[in-house]
Amino acid sequence: MASSELATAPNMKRSPTSPRTLFSSVMTVVTFACAALALIPLVAVLSYVLINGASSLRLDVFTQLPPAPGLKGGGFGNALVGTLLTVGIASVLSIPFGVMAAIFLAEFYRDTKLAETINFLTNVLSGVPSIVIGAFAYALVVLSTGTFSAVAGGFALAVLMLPTIVRTATEALESVPGDFRQAAIGLGATRFQTTLRIVLPAALPAIITGVILAIARAAGETAPILFTASTSRYWVRSIWEPTATMSRLVFDFATAPYERQQELAWAGSLVLVTLVLATSILSRWIVRKR
Amino acid sequence: MAPELQNARKTDTVFRTENLNIYYGDFLAVRDITIEIHKNKITAFIGPSGCGKSTVLRCFNRLNDLIQSFHMDGKLFYRDQDLYAAEIDPVEVRRQIGMVFQKPNPFPKSIYDNIAFGPRLLGYKGDMDELVERSLKQAALWDDVKDKLKEMGTDLSGGQQQRLCIARAIAVQPDVILMDEPCSSLDPISTLKVEDLLQELKEKYTILIVTHNMQQASRASDRTAFFNVEANAKGQRTGYIVEYDRTEVIFQSPQEQATQAYVSGRFG
Ligand SMILES: Nc1ncnc2c1ncn2[C@@H]1O[C@H](COP(=O)(O)OP(=O)(O)OP(=O)(O)O)[C@@H](O)[C@H]1O
Ligand SMILES: [Mg+2]
Repeated sequence: MASSELATAPNMKRSPTSPRTLFSSVMTVVTFACAALALIPLVAVLSYVLINGASSLRLDVFTQLPPAPGLKGGGFGNALVGTLLTVGIASVLSIPFGVMAAIFLAEFYRDTKLAETINFLTNVLSGVPSIVIGAFAYALVVLSTGTFSAVAGGFALAVLMLPTIVRTATEALESVPGDFRQAAIGLGATRFQTTLRIVLPAALPAIITGVILAIARAAGETAPILFTASTSRYWVRSIWEPTATMSRLVFDFATAPYERQQELAWAGSLVLVTLVLATSILSRWIVRKR
Repeated sequence: MAPELQNARKTDTVFRTENLNIYYGDFLAVRDITIEIHKNKITAFIGPSGCGKSTVLRCFNRLNDLIQSFHMDGKLFYRDQDLYAAEIDPVEVRRQIGMVFQKPNPFPKSIYDNIAFGPRLLGYKGDMDELVERSLKQAALWDDVKDKLKEMGTDLSGGQQQRLCIARAIAVQPDVILMDEPCSSLDPISTLKVEDLLQELKEKYTILIVTHNMQQASRASDRTAFFNVEANAKGQRTGYIVEYDRTEVIFQSPQEQATQAYVSGRFG
């Protein structure tokens, strides 16, 4: 019978009381608790914003200008447009530069001193507090053009986005297997053709993900916007004048002593969170599609 | 293509090397390679692992240029032109001398685009559909894939991928095809298919093939070079060619003891 054969086999049954099993169970519970604890702030913030923001979120907040202090109604249509505009300018400035820099780092100067140095500087840049980047953009753009503007805000956000884009794009390019490069070169492609036609397409989904995450982060930033785009109570007419943005609006209205302004701050927060969440989900979806 | 390379196609010896010494940094990987490769023949490189077969093979289309520590002395002539002369463009060289790698490496693109990639690079003006079909037929893959040319090349089986890579190499109509262990990741049936393919291809192309498979070398090749490796005074393991002759000679009546031992499977 089987039992007599098993008698000589090593014992492989579970023993729930052995120290090893006990330790493992305890650790499972502890890690689970820590994970749950870490989730609490996230859930709290999201639900708080949702509860407070949803009640005053009506269609006309997207189409109207902010109300004068003490008045009812109004919205943040201009700030929404302003956010899209500054982030758009930031993207136009940072994406081509960032991706091109990554191509040089990963494809043409890989493992050189120059690449190492630039990588290091990129990491330093990503650690610079965003308020400092705002101050830099203020000094460089606002002072030289003599006005707060969407361009100044966009420039500040571009500097903020750059390290993320460079880093994610470099990693994306480096993770493309060398086999593809060898195959293309072996067929008589130049380095440049290999990069453009083989490596870049293969890395594109990952690059797009990095870019979208950088955009999402930039859209929510307030500090570099405060004294570059500044704010405005009117619709955008030019990229060279002070421009309202969502994050600045939330900053101003949340602390205002008027009930309607505070409502709008919550609604604005909800819109911002949704924007950021939606872009993150979009980027995941792009990766998944591969 | 460069006109001087075009004219060069006429002679009968395709490659001729004189005392090639190949280094990676200070390391002498292969020494004293003097060999002639004949037109429309299949030449096999055999020998133990690490003896420098791939290293020598990659010199013939200047693929070693991609390795920073690589350098070489001696002469390598492709149809009487010094391939390493300063005025030679390695990109043009690789258009004449195609390569199939050990691991099938189709691009993450459709089957069609995999084949069309090379011709497009060269600015091919003819009928691309026809060229794709012809290349796939030559590589004995057409029947497998004719209904799914739009599907990813990377979704094919390993053996099909390797034939796709061969078709891709043929599509640019090279003069020579270098193959580095093209069957090492294939099952026996795919391997036989590739070998049959080689026999057809040699009508039009000159083929150099590295293989670890003795039967393959004896079945499929016309000439065989046996490489071996020896530690020198500095303790570096340097490869060299022990014997190079017609394949029957190498397998049936080799001059050297070591060759005899290797081809009969009694080695080291
Ligand atoms: N890129 C490289 N950098 C430094 N050394 C290398 C490089 N490629 C190969 N070598 C060395 O050169 C020698 C010959 O290698 P090679 O790959 O040519 O051998 P091989 O005969 O093809 O072996 P295998 O049959 O295992 O493929 C080995 O000692 C190897 O370690
Ligand atoms: Mg090898």
